[in-house]
Amino acid sequence: MKEIVINPITRLEGHGKITIFLNDEGDVDEAYFQVPELRGFEKFCEGRRAEDLPIITTRICGVCPVAHHMAGAKALDAAFNVEPPEPAKKLRELMYCGYYLYDHTLHFYYLGGPDFVVGPDAPPEKRNVLGVIEKAGLEIGKEVIKHRAYGQKITEIIGGKATHPVSACIPGGIARPISEEERQEIERMVRSCLEFAKFSLKLFDDIVLKNTAYVDLIKSEPYTLKTYYMGTVDKNNKVNFYDGNVRVVDPEGKEFVKFAPKDYLDVVEEHVEPWTYVKLPYLKKVGWKGLVDGPESGLYRVGPLGRLNAADGMATPLAQAEYERMYATLGGKPVHNTLAYHWARLIELLYAAERALELVTDPEITSKNVRNKPGKPGEGVGIVEAARGTLIHHYQLDENALAKKVNLIVATVNNAPSICLSIKNAAKGLIKKGKVTDGILNMVEMAFRAYDPCFACATHFAVGQMPLEVEIYDSQKRLVQTLKR
Amino acid sequence: MEKLKFAFYWAASCGGCEIAVLDVNEKILDVVAKADLVFWPVALDVKYKDVEAMPDKSIDVCFFNGAIRNEENERMAKLLRQKSKVLVAFGSCACDGCVIGLGNLWNKEKIFERAYFETPSTNNPQNVTPQTRFKVAHGELELPEFYDTVKTLAQTVDVDYFISGCPPPVPRIIEALEAILNGKLPPKGSSFLLNKAVCDECPREKKERKITQVKRVYEIEDDFKTCFLDQGVICMGPATRGGCGAQCLKANVPCTGCGGPAPRVPEQGAAMISALASIVVDPKVIEQIVDPVGTFYKYSLANSILRRRVIK
Repeated sequence: MKEIVINPITRLEGHGKITIFLNDEGDVDEAYFQVPELRGFEKFCEGRRAEDLPIITTRICGVCPVAHHMAGAKALDAAFNVEPPEPAKKLRELMYCGYYLYDHTLHFYYLGGPDFVVGPDAPPEKRNVLGVIEKAGLEIGKEVIKHRAYGQKITEIIGGKATHPVSACIPGGIARPISEEERQEIERMVRSCLEFAKFSLKLFDDIVLKNTAYVDLIKSEPYTLKTYYMGTVDKNNKVNFYDGNVRVVDPEGKEFVKFAPKDYLDVVEEHVEPWTYVKLPYLKKVGWKGLVDGPESGLYRVGPLGRLNAADGMATPLAQAEYERMYATLGGKPVHNTLAYHWARLIELLYAAERALELVTDPEITSKNVRNKPGKPGEGVGIVEAARGTLIHHYQLDENALAKKVNLIVATVNNAPSICLSIKNAAKGLIKKGKVTDGILNMVEMAFRAYDPCFACATHFAVGQMPLEVEIYDSQKRLVQTLKR
Repeated sequence: MEKLKFAFYWAASCGGCEIAVLDVNEKILDVVAKADLVFWPVALDVKYKDVEAMPDKSIDVCFFNGAIRNEENERMAKLLRQKSKVLVAFGSCACDGCVIGLGNLWNKEKIFERAYFETPSTNNPQNVTPQTRFKVAHGELELPEFYDTVKTLAQTVDVDYFISGCPPPVPRIIEALEAILNGKLPPKGSSFLLNKAVCDECPREKKERKITQVKRVYEIEDDFKTCFLDQGVICMGPATRGGCGAQCLKANVPCTGCGGPAPRVPEQGAAMISALASIVVDPKVIEQIVDPVGTFYKYSLANSILRRRVIK
């Protein structure tokens, strides 16, 4: 239930909080989005055993533990100067595809998608997975639950546990090969996920793209930011979740920089603000210009739309066709429309299924050759594309392979400045002359929900569809309205 | 029969406990048939103010995950205790402090220094840190206070039951929900995990259990069937509560202890040290163990007799 509270509420309640300040004309002057918690992984990872780092850091986020596990595994490969054998790389990537199948499904059907499928102006009690089931049918609901569970099951088979996997904690490989029976089970699930991904894109087509009001909403000004984009690409500049170099394009879509993981400090810096626990990253060479977009501002965006914008295409045929269709529909590259994140996410769901099928039918995938011997411990950076964007783990190990220093730049954190700005823009676009309607709440929420922000990752707090509070102050600094959900 | 009222809440946690609840998949339908979810921030639009307005003890069972890391976590723990007949510490963070409890090796100042000053990607020449109250041009913004010490739920309020694990194993969640829905509650203070150690569920073959040299997991040529302790690799299985089906061991990775102390073991780290003392061939072997705190207390430092490093 949406609720309007007129009384001032001054305590923070441990969730995302938006505070909007109006000027004398009643228009939006400034809007703040705060993240209220820190857990301190970068400190308490110090002194830990190297092999524990990919296990401890999964606890940054229970929604995307596989991403942290894999960034940790790759940081250890680099720190121990060892390449995993091909079958181990393929197993890791297959597990990683399982994670995408689960996570993108979770977001589209449970968290962000209901805005579109059920409708942005539907009553809040319908804007959830049950509302999606109601609109799309119970059979579809069962398919959603089934395929989310398949993604989890793939991680469990290869990783040991679905939430907080363990098997890639071994530098230079993976602790566990899979059997032929397990391979067949995964293949069966992956084939089903591929059909489900095609279905999901068709659903998006039918419900969203065939509705001009939705397409207009996607293209509308309050949901547009002209930023740089970042994502990992393979040697052909195609999107890759597991491995490659990181590419950044400018707001015109031209390549700005492409860097190897070890060089991330040349490209990214983080700014600290006193009003939020989350740090605000930006491109070092462009600089921190505050919460503004455009080519002069170092803000960049990551995640599904960031990746698609930063790449030249998808490495699998069906996803590539959808990729071309999206850019043809939305007016070419790069797409700056924040709500297009949802479409990009489904294209990636399709890619994850196609790629998983390639991997699970690879003759090497059941090979027992899954470990190479690590070298001496040193320093290493591991980068993967988490569902929500580029994820960086940087470990410095001592001669006993204990962590000396750990630095983490987490997927949602990259987007944190843009999320703040998107919310401000949405508020500015929707609040005029001091008039605030109930509808603003969901419209403002949609501005950040498109990013699938995972603040368990960001500072290590709430996940998914967070409770949200919007406070609006007039030019006399009086609290005029509080909107909560 | 009137439906039970359930609440789920997270404090300082990763969200994995929520995902574990979703992983009961279609069984969640059995739960909602018998119980109303009156508060669950991840899934339902019920607000904190609504909880404050509920009569005391009006929630039948509250499942509380997450550690107590800040002011806000503590306030919600106290509020939900007041509103709930039965309070369940759900998951490793609430039961034992989990890895977040390793923050107790430092304090707020050191954690902030690392996060906001030292990290090589941070550019913060004026040494700005987040403030609990901060004046901006148009007004004042607030953040909850970050504490020096991580506490468990039971160190903060009275707790009725525990279901540890990181996250709790899905079959155990289902059993706990069934027990509660059928009114078959165990004695207060019980755990919903199993009354056995991870070792009891492990398929690996135990041999002599004599450690001559401590090795790291990546240093051995694992044969996929011999007990890790027999191979010289520290495995927390003897000191850790089971119920997980030894999943990590089946993935060829030693137990790291997320289930918390084994049954009848008051202190997980002490129990492991005691187990090791009986199987090393020479006391000098113990000296080969690196990072004893992180190895033996990875998930339970906040709930151990050590609890934290002394703040000077």
